[in-house]
Amino acid sequence: MPLLELDSVTVDYRTSRGTIRAVEDVSFSLEKGKTLGLAGESGSGKSTLGLSLMRLVPYPGVIVNGHIRINQTDVTELPEPRMRSVRGGKVAYIFQDPMTSLNPVKRISAHFLELIRTHEPNTSKEEALERAKTMLRDLGILPERINDYPHQFSGGMRQRIMIGLAIVLNPDLVIADEPTTALDVIVQAKILDLLENLRKIYGMALIIISHDLSIILERCDKIIVMYAGHMFEYASSLELHRNPRHPYTQGLLQSIPNIELVDQKLAAIPGSPPNMLNPPTGCRFWPRCSYVMEICRTKEPPLIDTGHNHLVRCFRYHEG
Amino acid sequence: MGLRSYIITRILLTIPTLLLLLSMVFLVMRVLPGDPVELHFEKKATPEQMEAMRRALGLDKPLWAQYTDYLWGLVDVGYLLEHGYPNLGKSMQTFEEVGGQIFSAFPATLELAIYSMLIASIIGILLGVTSSKSYNSFLDHLIRGFGTVTYAVPIFVLGMIFQLIFGVYLRWLPTGLRLDPAVNPPPTITGLYTIDSLIAANPVKFFEASKALLLPSLTLGLILSGMFIRMTRTNMLETLRLDFVTAAKARGLKESTVTYGYALRNAFLPILTMMGLQFAILLGGAILTETTFSWPGLGRYTVDRITFRDYTAIQGAVVMFGLFVTLVSLIVDILYAYFDPRIRL
Amino acid sequence: MSKAKIKRSTLGRLMPELTSLTKRGPSGWMVILGIIIVSALVIMTVIAHWIAPHDPIEIGVGPIRAPPSSQFPMGTNHLGQDVLSRILCGGSVMLQVSILSVLVCFVVGVPLGLFSSYVGGLFDRACSLVIDAIYAFPGLVIAIAIFAMLGPGVVNMALSIAVVYIPSYFRVVRSQVLSIKELTYVEAARGIGARWHTILFRYVFPNVIPSIVVIATINFADAVLTAAGLTFIGLGVSVDIPDWGWDLKYGRELLSSGAWWVITFPGLMIILLALGFTLIGEGLSEVLNPKLQR
Repeated sequence: MPLLELDSVTVDYRTSRGTIRAVEDVSFSLEKGKTLGLAGESGSGKSTLGLSLMRLVPYPGVIVNGHIRINQTDVTELPEPRMRSVRGGKVAYIFQDPMTSLNPVKRISAHFLELIRTHEPNTSKEEALERAKTMLRDLGILPERINDYPHQFSGGMRQRIMIGLAIVLNPDLVIADEPTTALDVIVQAKILDLLENLRKIYGMALIIISHDLSIILERCDKIIVMYAGHMFEYASSLELHRNPRHPYTQGLLQSIPNIELVDQKLAAIPGSPPNMLNPPTGCRFWPRCSYVMEICRTKEPPLIDTGHNHLVRCFRYHEG
Repeated sequence: MGLRSYIITRILLTIPTLLLLLSMVFLVMRVLPGDPVELHFEKKATPEQMEAMRRALGLDKPLWAQYTDYLWGLVDVGYLLEHGYPNLGKSMQTFEEVGGQIFSAFPATLELAIYSMLIASIIGILLGVTSSKSYNSFLDHLIRGFGTVTYAVPIFVLGMIFQLIFGVYLRWLPTGLRLDPAVNPPPTITGLYTIDSLIAANPVKFFEASKALLLPSLTLGLILSGMFIRMTRTNMLETLRLDFVTAAKARGLKESTVTYGYALRNAFLPILTMMGLQFAILLGGAILTETTFSWPGLGRYTVDRITFRDYTAIQGAVVMFGLFVTLVSLIVDILYAYFDPRIRL
Repeated sequence: MSKAKIKRSTLGRLMPELTSLTKRGPSGWMVILGIIIVSALVIMTVIAHWIAPHDPIEIGVGPIRAPPSSQFPMGTNHLGQDVLSRILCGGSVMLQVSILSVLVCFVVGVPLGLFSSYVGGLFDRACSLVIDAIYAFPGLVIAIAIFAMLGPGVVNMALSIAVVYIPSYFRVVRSQVLSIKELTYVEAARGIGARWHTILFRYVFPNVIPSIVVIATINFADAVLTAAGLTFIGLGVSVDIPDWGWDLKYGRELLSSGAWWVITFPGLMIILLALGFTLIGEGLSEVLNPKLQR
């Protein structure tokens, strides 16, 4: 049975200027210990989707439809106290910007102690402190620094502390939102490796949210490509790499620079993402699509199974 | 840098500011508009009488000598040890030592100020937090409306209305004085009747003192709370959207931990600074409150001195206000450094 | 471009803002409500002497300390004066003082702030030091000190209050100028050889205006409250002119006899006037600098 199941999840932001449908009709599943990548540009809804898994979509966001099941339990309407025990304990979230994700006035030890003793109240302070120090060691940080404040660490170290906080309670699922965006390239690779190692040791499932398709292709078992709130393509990373079906996915893959090519011209998808207050009718990608057909402008394409568990939302694959 | 060296640096920095403040007061009260002695007599005295007063008060000396006397009076440790208060000149009306008069009036103001600030900050912070947590709801608008209206209400109007309702109509609470005339004040240790009566373990006096304090501090506290509500709400709203707050929620921490341990503790620092700034406004409000409730503090002393055109005393009182504000500002800065490790590390 | 054209373009930028206030949601309505209240009170004060049923300073028009009745809808005070007439006429001193003090603050504080922050250096630091010292001081105490030395009079009261609030203007203008000063388009202007006063008035000043407007309205409210406070403690303008502050001061004596009407009505008027200005200020502040908009 899959660890995580999403069923037609739709998330709206009800702002004073109008309702923005940030996520529309997204369904997928994730097995224990596997990795899923959520790829897309900014504004594609991938972060919102990630937050909705924890029911942490900020005001004025609302999950208007669909079901989210973690370990068979439907968490979509779970009362807050129970949801709180899920958060941090069963599902953990690693935020994008390490510089702002830690409480500036609390020591790292306080961060860990709070976390451990909220979910496992019978743990003594000494025990919890020991676990925290061990975690720091595994992360490559000197355990003596447990009593330091966040601003005394570099960006990369803070990101590692965030990962530590996410993993220390051995959750079933970890969601990493743009785990590398705020870091430089060398540190990026280290962080991703760290994540991978810990994942193997602790056996947890991982969702990586990123606009960097190259990272996702490398590190994930399955991939969902999101655009303007819609799931455009859903396949294993191998399948996606070999047979990208959606024009958008193809465009994304083409735009990844190849270090081995000498005179490569950077390819980009023309145009820009739509205004979410007033998205285009029909397929949301049609203004930028080189394969656009008449039907694309008026009707929203359904998700089509093209075999090998490869789903695409595009009329090109629609029979008839 | 460490907390201790920060404190020392900060204290040293206060000295030039203090000097500037004192000089400005001197400028206004002695130099600029006119001759205080003439104004005192309102031109109804003979030149000999005016000269006599000038000599008695040391106002016949050249200005720079007066200035040095004035500054020296404040640091004259000998005088301080002898009298128990600094040399702030002599009153034009009674020729008593102004310092003594001020220091006997001051504790009443201090007590009023402390309790008013407490009421204002507790009401303000609680309502501000509530308002921010229920953003854009009816409760939020109600609280914000309350904050706006309290800003527009003059303290003395609210004070008098309270006196009418609670003092005259309901006869629950006294309408002035620190204690009922039949009750003697507790033995003086801090000068604050509530604290002193607690130290003397005298519940009756404590009760009486609190009864008298209730209306004035409630009035002043309510009016001040408006600013606190607004500041707390704005800071909380900003802080609640910050990443580390969502991250804390994502770790499944309790609602109260997130609101107070994460959001408020970070939003608190600007509120603390504001408390310090509010102190200046508080003292201004204290003058009005003391006048309304006939509270025998520094504010009422100042107002009485105005009636008697006692300019030397007024100057002493103004200096006292300035010293008080500077001291509070210093304490607030130190507290700020204590709470925010980023400042001192 | 002549100065006249600058003023028009600034006003031209403000007018569409003002007319679109209704579309700005609750803050826009706050401003409109505030403007209505203030205008009503100003009009009332201006036509007061024509519509007042009795002479406000005439003693013994009615019985002493009479509660509200059909003849005297707001009752009479301890001198037998009609409270209603005094209410209608009582705002003039307060309005005069606040208008004058805001003007002084504006004329002194804004240019000083502009000049000081633009020039920078020692002059700026000296100014800021003095201004900060004033700012830290309890406002009412400053006003008392100055007014006590200057003596009674509308101008003197306005000056005393102005000194208290000049620092607010100075600081707001200064912080705005400091942030604008380093912006690229100002550098570009300097690059094409614009003189400093051109830069200051054509580039920097128009951007500072919204903040100044907000400060000015809140300043009005503060001026009203401070003027009332000064009058209440005895530093009023003149006993002969009907004034809400005076009524409150003398009404205080009557409190113990339960004559609520003597203080409630003047108090309400002051609250209304201050509230009107506060509404404008707060509403404008949100309209011009929308915070926390999603």
